[in-house]
Amino acid sequence: MNKDKLKKITGARLFLPIICLIAVLLINVIKTPDFFNISVRNGVLYGYIIDVINRASELVILAVGMTLVTAASGGQDISVGAVMAVAAAVCCQILSGGQASVTQYQNSIILAVVAALLAAALCGAFNGLLVARLHIQPMVATLILYTAGRGIAQLVTNGQITYIRVDSYKMAGGYIGKCPIPTPIFFAIATVVVVALILKKTALGLYVESVGINGKAARLVGLNSTMIKFLTYVICGVLAGIAGIVASSRIYSADANNIGLNLEMDAILAVALGGNFLGGGKFSLVGSVIGAYTIQALTTTLYAMNVKADQLPVYKAIVVIIIVTLQSEVFKKFIAGLKSKKASGAVAEGGQKA
Amino acid sequence: MKKKIMAAVMTAAMVAGLAGSTASVYAAEDTITVGFSQVGAESDWRTANTESMKTTFSEENGYELIFDDAQQKQENQLTAIRNFIQQEVDYILLAPVTETGWDTVLQEAKDAGIPVIIVDRMVDVSDDSLYTTWIGTDSLLEGRKAAEWLNAYATAKEIAPEDLHIVDIQGTIGSTAQIGRSQGLEEGVEKYGWDLLEQQSGEFTQAKGQEVMESMLKKYDNINVVYCENDNEAFGAIDAIESAGKTVGSDIANGEILVISFDTTNAGLTETLAGRIACDVECNPLHGPRAEALIKELEAGNEVEKLNYVDEEIFAADDAVASVTAVNSLDEEAEYAVTPITQEIIDGRAY
Repeated sequence: MNKDKLKKITGARLFLPIICLIAVLLINVIKTPDFFNISVRNGVLYGYIIDVINRASELVILAVGMTLVTAASGGQDISVGAVMAVAAAVCCQILSGGQASVTQYQNSIILAVVAALLAAALCGAFNGLLVARLHIQPMVATLILYTAGRGIAQLVTNGQITYIRVDSYKMAGGYIGKCPIPTPIFFAIATVVVVALILKKTALGLYVESVGINGKAARLVGLNSTMIKFLTYVICGVLAGIAGIVASSRIYSADANNIGLNLEMDAILAVALGGNFLGGGKFSLVGSVIGAYTIQALTTTLYAMNVKADQLPVYKAIVVIIIVTLQSEVFKKFIAGLKSKKASGAVAEGGQKA
Repeated sequence: MKKKIMAAVMTAAMVAGLAGSTASVYAAEDTITVGFSQVGAESDWRTANTESMKTTFSEENGYELIFDDAQQKQENQLTAIRNFIQQEVDYILLAPVTETGWDTVLQEAKDAGIPVIIVDRMVDVSDDSLYTTWIGTDSLLEGRKAAEWLNAYATAKEIAPEDLHIVDIQGTIGSTAQIGRSQGLEEGVEKYGWDLLEQQSGEFTQAKGQEVMESMLKKYDNINVVYCENDNEAFGAIDAIESAGKTVGSDIANGEILVISFDTTNAGLTETLAGRIACDVECNPLHGPRAEALIKELEAGNEVEKLNYVDEEIFAADDAVASVTAVNSLDEEAEYAVTPITQEIIDGRAY
């Protein structure tokens, strides 16, 4: 009876991703006991855990988009980091009116944000067109913007870092008024909730999965699979745009070379850590979100443990290898095999005794 | 038949192309073609460096500059240099992203007979003759200047060396600036017995500087000196310090956190003027004129020095320290004046 319950829990899709996140956090209990302390300082929440949740926000937003793209097209959008830079560049450049550093908006913030999101959506639409319509492999199709995106962002900002030194611009990456919770967290939560609602309340979630599992069959039952794939790329683009604006708000500038640098790889990793199959089909949004927090928890943990900067990637790689191995089918089968061997061994032994 | 026509058309096009390119080479005989592979535009300093090169090697001055932005990737720089060799440029300027891994491509340039001038960061090659000369800043001297300034400042304010609790936000690990500036600080720690709490890389960016500082503030309560290896990291660190409810300034005794920075960008000096950065050591990005002087020497067939350091200043928020004595990379000791920053100085600077 109890065993069945245990099996149900351990067999659940999200079991391993959650265990991995907890494991990463547990390292801190031993190494840095004050990791979980949360206090209020200077009127805002203060603590490592807050840092993890705050710093992971952009990654969470990207991971949501990446999950949809992965599920529908069985491939990844590796241009999201560059699209972030494009959105940030467009947003800051409009706000600064072409100057390198301003202390006052030169144009309306709404115009800037809308233009930035449109630019990001356009990038997503371009990727979507190549993948859904022209059937180019996602990795190859998005490689174009991966390479060209930062160049475009540079072009927009004239190769300089555009600073927007206006307090209200710092809100998206900082705090709104007296609210003690960092604003990026709200962006992440809102994104997850809105996308989850859309997927649940409309049939889009189901459509995305069916297209991912078998595009042809989905088309034969009347789903416009081209359109659905295209849509996921546009959504992914827009989400990258939102992440780009948050990242740019954190440093109140558009740093075309560094905003979202290498974040596309982390986003893909988040999807994988979340227990999602990178070949498309069924997906779990929550899994990817957990994956994203796991990655940031790992980074913050390594900072807290005072790991030297040049060794940081090595430790990160080791943990990722362990997590991915734990979740792989082959490893699971191997463990299952061991268990059944043990079980049958026990049965045989029991038989002899009797 | 179709194939043959195609082939004919293509051959004709190629011949025309060749003719065209030889014509342009003749026309451009007295202009000097310079290929410049730049790291990227990761900071304001880099942008000023690029601008200096672009204005120096302009068409009016008789140059043709082929500029390539490598976006922080060495492989892009390798490709750029190979392209420069194919385009048969007269000189190659290289601002390397890291120190190692240049042997093969520089050998190719040498074989093609193109002089290579290394700009800013150094390259670590087995054979020195692979590059013609190097222009740049003495980052070890910069680090030592900052350390000497800190010592002089602490002495002036009567703060015991063991009461200086320092964190070092390093640059991109392996870059010349990081190695020199970290070493300058480490020597100071060794020499004066300061308390160096931690060194962590902020990768020369504001975002990382902020994230690393956030984490360090949680780990140590007693930080009173932040040694940022460039201005952008300092901006991030200052933001992190202020959002944690602490203040930046130079009054260590009353709990303020003292920020030392490098690069002296316009924004950096503005922060210095506001007293938020206590000391900003210059890292002069205006390499264009020096590079042009070297190229003129080489054009005249003269030998040039292997290492060329540009002059650099020290700016401070107040006049507590008048000058510091430091040793440069060539083991020459000299006294360097510390300039208290004013608005006029900021306005009068080119970057």
